[in-house]
Amino acid sequence: MNKVQNNRAWFLILPMLLLVAFSAIVPLMTVVNYSVQDVFDAHTRFFTGTEWFEATLNDRSLQAALLRQFAFSFTILAIEVPLGIGIALLMPKRGWQASAVLILITLPLLIPWNVVGSIWQLFTRGDIGLMGVGIRELGYAYNITRNPTDAWATIILMDVWHWTPLIALLCYSGLRSIPDAYYQAARIDRASRWAVFRYIQLPKLTNVLVIGVLLRFMHSFMIYAEPFVLTGGGPGSSTTFLSQSLTTMAIAQQDLGPSAAFSLIYFLIILLVCWVFYTAIMNSQKDTTTQGEA
Amino acid sequence: MEWMVWTLPTAIFFSVIAAILLGMTAWELVSPTVERRGFLPIATTRGDRLFIGLLSAAYIHLVTVGFTELSIWFALGISVLWLLVLMRWG
Repeated sequence: MNKVQNNRAWFLILPMLLLVAFSAIVPLMTVVNYSVQDVFDAHTRFFTGTEWFEATLNDRSLQAALLRQFAFSFTILAIEVPLGIGIALLMPKRGWQASAVLILITLPLLIPWNVVGSIWQLFTRGDIGLMGVGIRELGYAYNITRNPTDAWATIILMDVWHWTPLIALLCYSGLRSIPDAYYQAARIDRASRWAVFRYIQLPKLTNVLVIGVLLRFMHSFMIYAEPFVLTGGGPGSSTTFLSQSLTTMAIAQQDLGPSAAFSLIYFLIILLVCWVFYTAIMNSQKDTTTQGEA
Repeated sequence: MEWMVWTLPTAIFFSVIAAILLGMTAWELVSPTVERRGFLPIATTRGDRLFIGLLSAAYIHLVTVGFTELSIWFALGISVLWLLVLMRWG
């Protein structure tokens, strides 16, 4: 039988392409145009070349925000991933308990970002908030508007509360897909609980974990609403992350040129990290399939 | 197109990118790419290497502009060389 080479189906993606062009590609090109100019209004603009990029890359407060951003993303990953795996291991496997626990675990994921911020803002208030008052009663002068450490700890706690369930759910589904035969073999070998985790469960979780880490990294790297509502970036600028610096620059100060340059740098960082993760996922899957065939 | 505030350099930049993409498409039609392993730690296709080259070119330009006194043309030269090396031996 002759295989017919007909690629005309590709034309079916034309509407999508047009849509993406107007929602993403054309705006991105405009951002590039803005980043090399000083634009005042529709008729007044000056070509500045690489000036904005130079200024942005050497801006101390933006460098600090970038470092803070990486510190935040890696801290929450370091907490959420082990915690999520732990929760997934403890979750009941069948019966009504499994459904009940699943629903309870998922609840935080259903709450919108700014609502999460508001909840935690009330929760941590020193005068009426349960956590704020509680910690003060224990003798520690807890104050997220004065003390940077408190603000940091609270934001990390908030993110852990909001997003650990995602990792737990991913791991739970990963654990469910391990065939019973593996566990039976482990029992025959009288493998310890740790050995079962290390040599059966963890390897089988690799794929879902890579996806979970990727999602959580991108998400936390672009975090905006939650810290903005909770601390407004303060005290001082101790919890000002990249997206908030960008918004202040672009919306509050209307510095379109510098914020365009900043956006492009931000975009390049995210693009690089995503590409690295994507390549890692694809290669790890390639490795497992070749092992499977061998 | 005035609302997009084009400048000559950005217009040239995007035209070159578009030309590269068209060229790659034509090249693919004439001789389809084969995934292979060069000096990079992963097996790549022609398109992968182009993407890696362009992305690293962006970083080369940022580092040159932000942290050195060197001209941006120097960064461009290095990037083109790097891209060619990557496409051939990557």
